[in-house]
This record gives sequence, C-alpha cells and structure tokens, in this order.
Amino acid sequence: MPREFRLPALGADMDEGTIVQWHVAPGSRVKRGDVVAVVETDKGAIDVEIFEDGVVREIVVPPGQKVAVGTVLALVEADAEVRVAPTSTAPAEGPGGAPAAPAASEPAVEAMATAPATVASRVKISPAGRKRAGELGVDIAMLHGTGPGGAITLEDVEAAGPAPSSAPAAVADLATAVEAPATDARAGMRAAIAAAMSRSKREIPHYYLSTTVDVTPATQWLAAHNAQAPVAGRLLFAALLVKALALTCRATPGFSGFHRDGRYEESPGVHVGVAVALRGGGLVAPAIMDTAQQPLSVLMEAFRALVARARAGRLRASELAAPTIVLTSLGEDSVDAVFPIIQPPQVAIVGAGAIVQRPWVVDGAVVPRQLLTLTLGADHRVTDGRLGAQFLARLAARLADPAAL
Amino acid sequence: MNREELAKRVLELLTEIAPDVDAAGVLPGVAFRDQFDFDSMDTLNFAIALHRELGVEVPEADYAQLASLEKCVAYLAARVR
Repeated sequence: MPREFRLPALGADMDEGTIVQWHVAPGSRVKRGDVVAVVETDKGAIDVEIFEDGVVREIVVPPGQKVAVGTVLALVEADAEVRVAPTSTAPAEGPGGAPAAPAASEPAVEAMATAPATVASRVKISPAGRKRAGELGVDIAMLHGTGPGGAITLEDVEAAGPAPSSAPAAVADLATAVEAPATDARAGMRAAIAAAMSRSKREIPHYYLSTTVDVTPATQWLAAHNAQAPVAGRLLFAALLVKALALTCRATPGFSGFHRDGRYEESPGVHVGVAVALRGGGLVAPAIMDTAQQPLSVLMEAFRALVARARAGRLRASELAAPTIVLTSLGEDSVDAVFPIIQPPQVAIVGAGAIVQRPWVVDGAVVPRQLLTLTLGADHRVTDGRLGAQFLARLAARLADPAAL
Repeated sequence: MNREELAKRVLELLTEIAPDVDAAGVLPGVAFRDQFDFDSMDTLNFAIALHRELGVEVPEADYAQLASLEKCVAYLAARVR
C-alpha cells in the first residue's frame, strides 16, 4: 500500500507552497533525507525532503501548482511494512500549526472559488473567510469552525482577528501580499513575517529579561583558537552562543519547545534556530539540528552552510520547521541590546547585541572589558521571570567557560 | 597579478560568497559592510575564499584591511605573487 507523501509544515504561518520542480519520477528509489522536490514559498525556494525509504509510485501534484500544507504530493511504496515513527523534526510534527496529519473523514482537496491558482486546501473555510483571514493575519489552522461540518466561517475569522481599527500597518501589507502572492517574493516574505509576528504579539504574553556579561575570556579564547586554526576552521562568536544556548536549554526545561492547543510541550531535541538577515530585507530563522550534541567545529560548518543556503534561498523544509528556540544576534557595530519577538509556537527567543569594550569593575578596579548584553524574551504562559533569570544566568556561565563548549 | 586583475578577482570571489550582491555596482572606497550589510559570516567566508583561491592567509587581526574593495586590493597586492 503506497504511503502518502505530503507537503510538510514550513514554519510559522506558512501554509502553502508552489511545486517548482520534482527531483524524482515514478520508479525513482528514495531514501530518508533525500531532497525530492523544490517548493517556492514566502521564504524563498525550499528543498523538501522525504522521511522514509521506498520507491516513488506516482507524482500527484505537478510543477506549477500551489498547494496547502498537508496536501498529498506523491505516493511512495515503502520498503518496510513497519513505518518508523517520525521524530520531532519530521514534517508531520512541524510547528507550523497546520494539521499535517491525515484526516480521513474530510476531502483532502477543496477547490477555491476566489483564487484559481490555489487549487487545494485542507482547512475547511469559506472563500470569504479565507480572504478575511489573510487581511487580518489570522492563522486559520488555529481556528475552530462553527459552520457546516466544522467549516470556518467569516464570523469565526472576524472573532479571532484584531479589530480593524487596531490592525497594525504590517497587516495592511499582508493583505496586499495575499492579493498578489506570486508576483513579489519580497512582499511575500514581508507578509509571512507580518503574520507570524502579529500572531505572536496577539497570543504570547512576552516577558523580557536582560543581563550584561563580561565575555572577555570567551573573546580571548576565540582569538587564540582562530590564530592557530586553518582559515576554514575559524569560529565565529555566534557559534559559541548557539552552543551555549543549546546546552542551557537542555539543562533548563521550559524554553525549548512548542506551545500548542493550550499546553506546552518541551521538545526532546534542542534545535537552535539562527535568525539570518537577508540582504534587501527580511529574515529567516532556520535550525541547526541537534545543536547541543554538535562539537563546535561541526556546528560552525553547519552554521556556515545554513547561512549560505538561507541567502541563496535554498533551505530545507525540515530546517525551517524545526527550531525549538531562536537566537538573534545583531552582530558587530550594531546595538547594545535587542528585544526580539518569539516565533509561535515557540516559547522563547534569545537576543545578543554587539560585543563592546566598556569600563567594568573587576576586583574593585575599573578596567576595560568586552561586554555583551543578552536578552531573553519568554512566554509567560509557560515560565516566570525567576526561571527566566536562572536560564540567562546559566547561559552567561556557559560563555565564561568557552573551552567546555 | 596587477591591481586591475586583482580587483576583478576580488569581485568574482565576492559574488561567489555573496551571490545576492551586485558586483558591478560595488563602490571601491566604501566599506562592504556599509554597502551591502557585510557581516562577520561574510568576512569569514571571504577570508576562506582568498586563502583557497589566492593562497593568502589573512589573520583575523587583519580583517579590517579587507573592509572595502580598495583596501582589499592594496592588502592583497603586497601578498599575492
């Protein structure tokens, strides 16, 4: 019996994509992790991987077609009878909030009356409701419909969305982008950011903490390491931060996971997302997988490759859906501190400002030191300031001992 | 390699590590950071490319001397054979 290969969740508030290209055809042998298709999304072209071994039986969705998350793209004959349960990083459990799991009782494909280019959708919603959801930045996957057969009505969307008068300017951009989705990639990304951030500010009661850390020992350790390493083996300070953050997450539950359907679930694996600014505007935050387990050199290689692919617009679907927490580091010559916004359904985000040389008191004397201000934005539904403070203190302690990272 | 050839080569490498940069529009005297948000990751990738392609190993302490096209060419001219 062939397995259904579905369009995986692609990260917060991205609920559709256009098949650009298939790398496989009927008869092709595939194995877990193979990139089988390229899908154009608001965050650029994404390589979509398959999560089981087998042979492709049928390509269901041809190139050029726009489909919703969860749509069956192809049928694959699995090698083994017993299917390995997907891990937390598998697309079916991605944090997009869209129901990627099959729902046998409802039709998988529903024609759209208002948008002929969008031919499929798994969420039952009226065309007017869908359009209004786009205008309001409402994530329809989060709504419970009151219409016939549980369909989402215009009223459901209105009830969930912000009052028109309080709608931020970004939502107006979103509405514009929804009108012409394929014509302007940048507007599409703006819309994706607007939707995710609006939802975050609407749903997540953020609290913020910040602490200034003397990172002189870490910068000295890094300089010494980079002076003797081959050029290609040099590390960036951000790599130390990513590793320190992952280890801190492992030691302090409550910050690396997802808040869905009214409850928090800690992710079994820590996958730190790194916010990557794109030239010309916008950003993406793909994950460095299993961050805590990677030796620094391996982590740095993964980080370098990830940034390169993010900027070239060739991320993998799993990388976009996987982050359990995000680090945003504004880097050299920027600002002292950043107060970032959590990406739902995540529950925390850590910000790092620029490392600056400032006067600091050490053993009763004022001396110049390298200082870094770290901030934590966390979800008050899940944790309180006391645990957040402990989290930041542990992160700072990790940075004080860079050789142990 | 004369300075003109060096500048051409540097621009090629720049486009290679940052395909989203318009090499034709690069202003020689303006820092890469100010022209197209060059960050520490870009600088590291640039240093790796210079080492691989031109055989010049730029120590971290010299990164400031790679800040603009003009500075790059001056720095490399003294080091590339």
